[in-house]
Amino acid sequence: MTPDTSPKASGGTATDVNVTLAEADELADLRVEGTPHPGRWIAIAIILVLVAMLGHTLVTNARFEWPVVQHYLFNDFIFGGVLRTLELTGLAMLIGILGGIALAIARLSENPILNYISRLYIWAFRGTPVLVQVLILFNLSALFPRLSLGIPFGPDFVSGSANTFLGAFTAAVVALGLNEAAYMAEIVRGGLLAVDPGQRDAASAIGMTRLKSMRYIVLPQAMRIIIPPTGNEVIGMLKNTSIVSVIALPELLFSAQIIYSRNYETIPLLLVASIWYLLMTTVLTLAQTRLERHYGRSDRSTTAGMGAWALFRTVRSSMPKRGAAQ
Amino acid sequence: MTTPAVPLLRARKVRKSFGHIEVLRGIDLDVCSGDVLCIIGPSGSGKSTFLRCINHLEKIDGGLLMLDGKPIGYRRRGNALRELKDRDLATLRSQVGMVFQHFNLFPHKTALQNVTEGPMRVKGISPAAARKEAEQLLERVGLGQFGTKYPRQLSGGQQQRVAIARALAMHPKLLLFDEPTSALDPELVGDVLEVMRDLASDGMTMIVVTHEIGFAREAASNLIFMDGGVIIEQGNPSDVLSNPNHERTKAFLSAVL
Repeated sequence: MTPDTSPKASGGTATDVNVTLAEADELADLRVEGTPHPGRWIAIAIILVLVAMLGHTLVTNARFEWPVVQHYLFNDFIFGGVLRTLELTGLAMLIGILGGIALAIARLSENPILNYISRLYIWAFRGTPVLVQVLILFNLSALFPRLSLGIPFGPDFVSGSANTFLGAFTAAVVALGLNEAAYMAEIVRGGLLAVDPGQRDAASAIGMTRLKSMRYIVLPQAMRIIIPPTGNEVIGMLKNTSIVSVIALPELLFSAQIIYSRNYETIPLLLVASIWYLLMTTVLTLAQTRLERHYGRSDRSTTAGMGAWALFRTVRSSMPKRGAAQ
Repeated sequence: MTTPAVPLLRARKVRKSFGHIEVLRGIDLDVCSGDVLCIIGPSGSGKSTFLRCINHLEKIDGGLLMLDGKPIGYRRRGNALRELKDRDLATLRSQVGMVFQHFNLFPHKTALQNVTEGPMRVKGISPAAARKEAEQLLERVGLGQFGTKYPRQLSGGQQQRVAIARALAMHPKLLLFDEPTSALDPELVGDVLEVMRDLASDGMTMIVVTHEIGFAREAASNLIFMDGGVIIEQGNPSDVLSNPNHERTKAFLSAVL
């Protein structure tokens, strides 16, 4: 409930006026009324007008070209782009999560070298734009024309041109994944640090090694803290994959761009891409909500997870006429 | 201690510092099998730190602790002591049970799973066998029907009794209690103390850091008063509590009794 700060000049029951005992008895029988919030009604009215204007233009402005949108929405080429976006997201997040766990453990380890390397990595990858990282990795062949796997300064087992190893797709996945690892490292580290140190003590006291304690006691508890922000990272990654359109990788956005560079239907095709992005992020958000519920975070409700229905109920329950809410 | 038995635990000149503060300044102590040793003393006297050193949750800076003839946490290498590897430390700790002030139950596991966790993950006992014994242990601490409950569904006293069952499941040679009733509501203290009294009369070797002077008087075979990182006074509990020799013991007892 919002605290009542509105002045009560009228009515004569300002808080500094003393109430006689007889009046108190009378007051005690009165019904409690909700505080009126005229500001909310004004806000709702303004928003309704804006929504109506938006709706009107969506319907009447022929330049949206909804038939074109409809035509390309299930186009095979667009669909291929959607699949590639999902592949990129999945693989980059896999690298990001595994790398993040490794970096977080290195950062928390007692080994000063590992600790330092982990900080250095996070500093470098968070300190430069992911777009630049994608471009550098894509152009790595300029720096190292040949890549090889073998004994350092010794014989090679496999070697070949950098361009064959690092095509656009590999470069994109690796760059997005390495960048994500830096962010995931901080999320995982936060989760691990949030577990009560007494839990490690208790695990040690029953004879668990550090590895067992991490696996069976600390990590399962850290997961509850790690999962919600990781869900946000997945959704962020899904949208971030669009930046690899700069290296001409036909993911969703670049697929749309390829089409509109030929037919000049720029806005309709960007709408097609937007609809697909919205659809995918919606599915992911629903999945995230379910996951959070699974990990039993009901005791700590998050405003980020507040849906439209909950928002509506909050507004309604604080309207002047108090309903069944509360 | 009149019996010339080989002590289960021996502490010699144990020293421990946190930064510049020396919290243990030379502790000498023997605990024989079947002893119940209670440690009392003002907060900051080093009694909890000493307890944590016994299963090497804290590293000591000097002196030596021995359990059953083996140095705790270190092995000799030439003319120095070197810390044991993680795996060897784990083996050592599996022989020493510990009950914490704030219970430290695993919140993502049921009462029964809290008890079976050690036997299954550390000793490799089959789930069925571990479960059977865990049920018996929960029965023993008076929580037979609570196996499926999660820690947050239990009262503090019940949680602490699950924690005792969890420690017992490893069949420890020695059981450490770090102020086991300090975080409990007064009416829940009795249940926990009763379980501890039963363990003591069953012959379990116990070291109990406590503020429960009444428990120390009845259940302890030996009582230590610590202050400023040293043992000020030790002996038979009724002697120490009724006729303290040292001024600091007298001052402490008159403040808490």
